[in-house]
Parts: sequence; C-alpha cells; structure tokens
Amino acid sequence: MRAVAAEGVWKFYGDYPALRDVIVHADPGTCLALIGRNGAGKTTLLRIIGGFSKAGRGQVKIFDKDPRETETRRRVGFIGHGISVYDELSAFENLSLFGRLYNLPDPRKSAMEWLERTGLDRVKDGLVREFSRGMRQRLAVARAFLHEPSVLLLDEPFTALDDRAIAVLQRLLHEALAEGRTVVMSTHQLREALELATHVALLNRGKIAFHGERTPEMVADPGWVYARYGEG
Amino acid sequence: MDFFRQALVIARKDLRAELRTKEAINASLAFAIVILVLFSFAFDPSEDQTREMSGGLLWIVFAFAGTLVLNRSFAREVPNDCLDALLAAPISGGALFLGKALANFALVMAVELVSLPVFGIFYNVHWTSQFWSLLLVLALGTWGLTVIGTIFSALTVNIRLRELMAPLLVYPMMIPALMSAMQLSMQLIAGKPLGGENQIWLRLLVAFDVIFTALSLFLLETVLVG
Repeated sequence: MRAVAAEGVWKFYGDYPALRDVIVHADPGTCLALIGRNGAGKTTLLRIIGGFSKAGRGQVKIFDKDPRETETRRRVGFIGHGISVYDELSAFENLSLFGRLYNLPDPRKSAMEWLERTGLDRVKDGLVREFSRGMRQRLAVARAFLHEPSVLLLDEPFTALDDRAIAVLQRLLHEALAEGRTVVMSTHQLREALELATHVALLNRGKIAFHGERTPEMVADPGWVYARYGEG
Repeated sequence: MDFFRQALVIARKDLRAELRTKEAINASLAFAIVILVLFSFAFDPSEDQTREMSGGLLWIVFAFAGTLVLNRSFAREVPNDCLDALLAAPISGGALFLGKALANFALVMAVELVSLPVFGIFYNVHWTSQFWSLLLVLALGTWGLTVIGTIFSALTVNIRLRELMAPLLVYPMMIPALMSAMQLSMQLIAGKPLGGENQIWLRLLVAFDVIFTALSLFLLETVLVG
C-alpha cells in the first residue's frame, strides 16, 4: 500500500492550471523531495496532499484513504510556511492543545517530551510571541511530530531555520525514516533535502518533469537534476 | 463525546488567547458603552420614548459591538498560519465551528451584560422587571448573531478586505434574529412578560438559531476547504 499517492491531479486558479496531470507517490519509509522553481506548484501539490485544498481533477490518497478523513489526518503531520502555533499561548499550552485535538492519551506528558526533544523545556511557560525565530521554528517541528505521524508533509522545512533548528529537524527526520515513516517535502535547499531524500520529483510549471529515485549524480551536484530535466 | 470535547478545547483556547490580548473584547466593550452614552446625551429621550426605542437601540449596539468580536474569530487563526494546523488536526468542521461559536458567545454576552446596566443608568430605565426572560432573549439573540458572525468570519478569512466584507455580509443575514430580539427586548423592558403576542417573535428567534446552527455545523468544512 502506498503511503502517499497522487493520481492525475489538476488544480486551476481561474483558468490557469497550477498543476497539470501530476502523478507522484511515496512508499512507507521513503522520503520524497518535491523540487522546482518558484511557482512550479510544489506548495499547491503539498496542500492538496495534506487535504487543505481540493484538486480540480484527479485524486490523492494517503494509505488508500481520502486526506480529509479523520483517521487519515491523525496519521499526518504538517509543517507549512507559517509556524502554526499561537503567539498568545505558551510553548507548553500550544503542544498540550494539539495533543488534546489529536486525542493523545496524555497530552501534557507528550507535550513535555517533545519540548525536551526540541530543547525548549526550559522555556515551556514562555509565551511564543517572546520566542526567537529559531525557537519558534523548533516549536513548529515539535507540533508536527507530537502525535507521531506516519506521514510528514513539509513545505520548505529548512527555509529560515537557524543551524540548531536544522540539526534538530534533520535528526528527527532521519529517526522518522528509520522508523518506517514517510516524508514528503518541498524545498529549494537541495543540499539538505537530497541528503535525506530517497526519491525526487521535479515540478516544472505544474507538470512532473522527473520522478524517480535519488541518484549519486544528484547528491554530487544538486543542480544536476535541474540541468538534466528542468529548464536549465 | 469527542465532538463536544474537541469543541470545548477550541473554545477554551480562543477564550484564553482573547483574555491574554483583550484585543477584541476591549474594543467591543468600549464601542458599546461609548455609543450608549453618546446616544443618551444626543437625544435625551423621555421615559416613553426610551421604552419604545430600547430594543432597537440595544440590539443595534450589540450587533455592531459584537461584530468586532466575531470578525476576529477566524482572523485570529491567520497569523502564523494556525488555521492550517486546525485543518490538519483530526477534528470535524462542526466541532471547530461549535468551539469558536461558544467562545464568541461568551465574549459577546459579557459585553452585553456590562452594557445593560450602563443602558439602565444613562437612560433611567428600570430594565430588571422581567430579568430572567430578558436574559433568555439576550442568550437566544446573541447565539443567532454569533452563529452568523462565526460562519461569515470563516467565509471571509482569506479575503483581503475581510474587516469590511464580513459586516456587509453579516448584517443582512442577521435581520430576522435582530428584529425578533428587538421586539422581545422592547416588550420585556416595558414590563410585559413573554407569551401572548410575543410568542411569534420568540418562535422566529428559536427557529433562526436552530436552522443557522445546523447549517453552519454542516457547512464549515466546505467553507474552509472547498
């Protein structure tokens, strides 16, 4: 069973097709890097996979189920462009809140555990609005991992992260892959992404230009895939 | 049970965030009190005139002041893209709506309960003779405003001019609830009990609440995701 499968997905903004007959998939335990220039449709595709937006045509399945089904959402973790945590709440309150929404057995314990894993336990009662950018990003990572999702959808996860947050995220993603979870990430930071990715999909103006396993050429020269399959 | 538990989690989160910032409730309360005080100085109505216009005046103030709270309901989720996290979480659109509506209801009711004594003092009106009935009408009318305000706050959350658009869409929809609440409040403040000729307005208000609550619970997911 595929962890993530998008079949013939189209998305229109007015008459403009942002995605054109996109077919991508990711198996359990793999990491798919969605790469492409600005406006290629990476975020649009991730949002459709995450169930935040509906495809105009085609369908997306996560473990053979619709992304909007409650059981599917329980199995998916998402990091988008924003940190998706509340400035007016403390770090602990934020994670406890999402722990309750995900119906975790002990939301407070899970919140404390993830604050420790992301190095935020000392500031657990501090309001998020008082946090530095790096701390906010680490809290966003903790929120996405809190419910131990089987599928992680990450939109530009390394953008604007400080060194420590990048290290935390890479460590957690390596652990997640080792545990058999699936990661789908859109990114411009090819070096960090290709280090993790097992598969690569290149989007070019809403169409899949390449979809396959990561090759040694890609790791040696991250720009290779653009030169070979993209617009150069 | 999960449905109500999740709705309460959302309501508690919204109330906690609002009580920390006091952005919406301060603006709403200040607006309500200023309008009530300004009207009393501008028109200086007699006792009979006050009794006749009491329902209309109160509910216009409540509707405008309430909109300041209701507009913030989903707009609160925009900074940091928090709405994405709520949409990603395994909660139904109905639970999300109910949680937001309960928090809004509590905030708007608080504004109204502070405004009523101010109204009584500045207009020299004895408004407590039918207190419990008036409280019931306040609750029913406020729930109607809250339901409409909350669903339209969701509908306009991604619109650039949402502060302008939401009231333009909300007020026409509120007319049946506002008319009922105005009529009932006017008669209760005049000392007439509920029942008799009031009955039709009470039924209209209850029907409005039930119909729009059911529709909103059902439609929120579609409104937010499409």
